[in-house]
Amino acid sequence: MGKSVIVIGGGIAGMTAAGMLARQGYEVTLLEKENETGGHVAHWDRLFPDRRKASEVLEFTGEGMKDVHVAKGISISRISRQNNEFTVTCGMQDSGSVMKSHFTANALIVATGFDLFEARRKEEYGYGIYNNVITSADLEEKFKSGKGILTAEGKIPKRIGIIHCVGSRDEKVGNLYCSKVCCVTGVKQAIELKEMYPGSVVFSFYMDLRMYDRNFEELYYEAQQKWGISFIRGRLSECAENPDGSIVIRTEDTLTGKPLKMTVDLLILLAGFVPAAGTASVAGMIGLKTGTDGFVNPADSHIKNNLSGIPGVFLAGAVKGPVSVTEAIADARAAAALTSEYLKASIEEYA
Amino acid sequence: MPDFGYTITKDRQLDHDHGDFRYISLVRSIEPSLDLCIGCGSCSASCSAAGFTDFNIRKLHTIIRRGDVESVKAELKKCMFCGKCQLVCPRGVNLRNLIMAMNRAIELLG
Repeated sequence: MGKSVIVIGGGIAGMTAAGMLARQGYEVTLLEKENETGGHVAHWDRLFPDRRKASEVLEFTGEGMKDVHVAKGISISRISRQNNEFTVTCGMQDSGSVMKSHFTANALIVATGFDLFEARRKEEYGYGIYNNVITSADLEEKFKSGKGILTAEGKIPKRIGIIHCVGSRDEKVGNLYCSKVCCVTGVKQAIELKEMYPGSVVFSFYMDLRMYDRNFEELYYEAQQKWGISFIRGRLSECAENPDGSIVIRTEDTLTGKPLKMTVDLLILLAGFVPAAGTASVAGMIGLKTGTDGFVNPADSHIKNNLSGIPGVFLAGAVKGPVSVTEAIADARAAAALTSEYLKASIEEYA
Repeated sequence: MPDFGYTITKDRQLDHDHGDFRYISLVRSIEPSLDLCIGCGSCSASCSAAGFTDFNIRKLHTIIRRGDVESVKAELKKCMFCGKCQLVCPRGVNLRNLIMAMNRAIELLG
């Protein structure tokens, strides 16, 4: 066929799209800023709602992209489009030194994904200040290491608090949107903690529990019925540290209308999604439109969800906003299918 | 020491660290379906007693779950056991038995 595609971003969406197009015979180059592909999934232990190993999903996706040319440690400095051909100019880390490099292709897939909300910005929650305040991502790393979850003092946490909506639905940090997958992540992690420490109690502090997809509500039901996890409706206002390292949290129990004070040994903050640091620069180079939330806007939210408004430029995964792994994979396949259609038809208006 | 007439007002916050959870553990052992509550308010919205008094069953069992029972004791007597709450509960909580269990816990534990 001789047509080529550049995929920007080597997370689960970029890997999926790259693999699918390579299997169809296109010449595919995947550009990744880190030194490894896999994105956030590579740091996750288990995925909701069935708690399957994240590594299995990554392995499957990796096997599907054997014919993809992967360039890691890439930083993009320029993207230009001329006569339906894209040129991406990059700095490339090569054994310590930075080399300049160019890649050309007939189509681009932008899959720059997301970053986790920097929980230190919610200073009143104490992340980076109190040792027993960690994020959901820190917890996954601990699960993945298999070493068990202990407090900073090396004790088994008897009382654990999980805080929903950290960095999401919060004008104070500039993020009005819902990150959508933290709810079910919190329920999954609550169950996993309870499974690890049946004698401990786990409290989830939420505003709404958005169990939007298949088997999510059932997982919430299981968390209540089988694991006895307490869900308290109310957003964390602030916390403080006791001399023994435990954390005092203050919230309102909005279902009783009373302020509530509680001490926990470990506090887990469910950090939400923010646009990846690289998204704004890549969007700027190509001329992609972003919303006030910083995520890239597709050409149309219903029927052109993988199109960017620029012929030959396609969008895949969390670059457009929060998605689950399942959704990122499905979206990347859709983007790849449309890219292939575009390359076969060479329709100028395909945007 | 002269009496200036000042007193200390007890704050109204739920102090979870010093709650009395004997009641809720007894109630839970009698009626475990309580754990399935999602706080939707269907029970209190359909409540016959709530139409005439400030009785709020959703709130009462939530308060007991938070380790407070004093403010609930007198309130519970307002229930007329019509069972409408149980008919509407989307999570299948056996509310009539739950209220019986709460009364029983108060009877036993004082």
